[in-house]
Amino acid sequence: MKSNFIPPIGKISNVNGRCISLIGNDIDTDRIIPARFLKCVNFDSLGESVFEDDRRTLKGKHPFDLEKNKNASILVVNSNFGCGSSREHAPQALMRWGIKAIIGESFADIFYSNCIAIGIPCFTLPKQSIEEIQNYCDNQSLLLEIDLKNSLAKSKDLNFNLEIKVSSRKMFLSGEWDATSTLLNNKNLIDNKFNQLPYIKFNTNFL
Amino acid sequence: MSQNTLFDKVWDLHKVSSLPGGSDQIFIGLHLIHEVTSPQAFGALKDKNLKVKFPDRTVATVDHIVPTDNQSRPFKDNLAEQMIETLEKNCLEHKIRFFNIGSGNQGIVHVVAPELGLTQPGMTIACGDSHTSTHGAFGSIAFGIGTSQVRDVLATQTIAMNKLKVRQIWCENKLSKGVYAKDLVLHIINELGVKAGVGFAYEFAGPAIYELSMEERMTICNMSIEGGARCGYINPDEKTFSYIKNKLYSPKNENWDKALTWWKSLKSDENSIYDHVVKLDASKVEPTVTWGITPGQSISINQQIPLLDDLSPNDKLVAKEAYEYMSFKPGQLIKDTPVDVCFIGSCTNGRISDLRVAAQVLKDKKVSKNVKAFVVPGSEKVATEAKQEGIDQIFKDSGFQWREPGCSMCLAMNSDKLIGNQVSASSSNRNFKGRQGSPSGRTLLMSPAMVAAAAINGKVSDVREFIN
Repeated sequence: MKSNFIPPIGKISNVNGRCISLIGNDIDTDRIIPARFLKCVNFDSLGESVFEDDRRTLKGKHPFDLEKNKNASILVVNSNFGCGSSREHAPQALMRWGIKAIIGESFADIFYSNCIAIGIPCFTLPKQSIEEIQNYCDNQSLLLEIDLKNSLAKSKDLNFNLEIKVSSRKMFLSGEWDATSTLLNNKNLIDNKFNQLPYIKFNTNFL
Repeated sequence: MSQNTLFDKVWDLHKVSSLPGGSDQIFIGLHLIHEVTSPQAFGALKDKNLKVKFPDRTVATVDHIVPTDNQSRPFKDNLAEQMIETLEKNCLEHKIRFFNIGSGNQGIVHVVAPELGLTQPGMTIACGDSHTSTHGAFGSIAFGIGTSQVRDVLATQTIAMNKLKVRQIWCENKLSKGVYAKDLVLHIINELGVKAGVGFAYEFAGPAIYELSMEERMTICNMSIEGGARCGYINPDEKTFSYIKNKLYSPKNENWDKALTWWKSLKSDENSIYDHVVKLDASKVEPTVTWGITPGQSISINQQIPLLDDLSPNDKLVAKEAYEYMSFKPGQLIKDTPVDVCFIGSCTNGRISDLRVAAQVLKDKKVSKNVKAFVVPGSEKVATEAKQEGIDQIFKDSGFQWREPGCSMCLAMNSDKLIGNQVSASSSNRNFKGRQGSPSGRTLLMSPAMVAAAAINGKVSDVREFIN
């Protein structure tokens, strides 16, 4: 776990860092952060518990425990990463460990939106390219420079055209991934919508 | 792109604006909160100096961390006590309706909201919990959100989201005797896979779905997320309306008539366009049990655990992991697998009809001496109703422990946990590694009736042998 965690703010247009490869399909959020660590009223101490049970099982051989991955910040995963529970604790724990971006074959929906909402860009690549990166990481260190504007990942030996949802990319480049203030800008529209909805009118005993 | 489905209609109705990035700003009609995913959201409001915009449209209960043996306060677990106190304080400060323990209305959030009449057709419903898809059983568009989005709903009653595609899952014919909604949804997830639903809302339709009771429909929609779909729904019909009628918060008198008129207008048109349609035959579904570490890894009770060669290349990686974790051999029968713990409860199968079905199996029978069996009603209302019907006594007489309402061993945030590599027969929704509280614990998902049968025999059994 990295000390002095500083959450991202504002525009995110580049992520540069070392890759950490984690192999496996359908890695769920219970594995990323087991439920017992959800007994907390803030996210501060989650970084050290990321993948706790998997790490304990592998006794020091889990990618998140390997010395070579100590300062890694770009996580490379396979398919349906982050399935299961909606717990934002999962991306929060990854972020507090040091992850700043994720590249994978595919992501579960809620995990993906949680990542966007806290400033972790998630990119997809075809299975073959992911495996190429993961094999490379097996033998040597891979330093990637990710350019969000052009959706490019560059390194000494490997270059990739990353896929990212247009809306997500725009939000990172404009800083609007932190959605609250953008949503609040439409205060009048929200009030109008509230007044128009049929069920607000007939649910007079709602509360 | 889908057109004129219920999903399209409800989405369009709730669309506040198109955001600069291209996603939609969607109004949330009902926001449900609980103690695990809300404290950081309230913290963020405080940091940003924001208020709750429509406190009346958020409803709270406590479910994940509550003990099910002794609920007297303060809880023995300090962290759990701190979480419930934080929720109490936040609800009080922001004037949010809170159904606390002892209110008569506490329970698992996805059990409580429907039984109070809060869940209604045509609403958008969000909650910091992936099983929010449950509420889609009423023809609402309901989905799980993370804590940052909980913050956004509290502050603005809206979230930023991309519109989902719509897949219709048409279920032909009827379920056979001894086969339940849980078997059907496990079968659907197995057929389609655990990630097929990513980017989709699932519309469950067809004769087999319309035949189901509201509680069975909730079981189906509840597990949409296990198939990757964060939202699942069923078009509302007379069963929906009669379930809602006369609930605490359902519209009354002339408001009921107005509501009914509107609700009846809410369904996918006959000529709706779907992004994808899947058809399957519900009469072919048999009692189904998971053997692996994802809810998609399931087989019928009389089938063998699949061989590696029978699986698609994509499924092989997780299958290898599953054989090893579960200590199962490919080709082995799932039937007669010894179980250590039997758990009936959860937002999937902790409702009164689930308890009734299990009690029918257990009546005049005894739980195997090798099994620890316990039942956790989904809510205080479910518990009360069960006691009025004498169901609690049937469970107790059989050797089941009768507990207080909560999420319990579905995710084991309280003291209800597996120990070591125990095998559990569970009516819950997830068989992930370590899900039930032990890093090496093994979960077999099945219907409540099948859990009852496993409890009696001490091993995975075919419930049809008990009900004929």
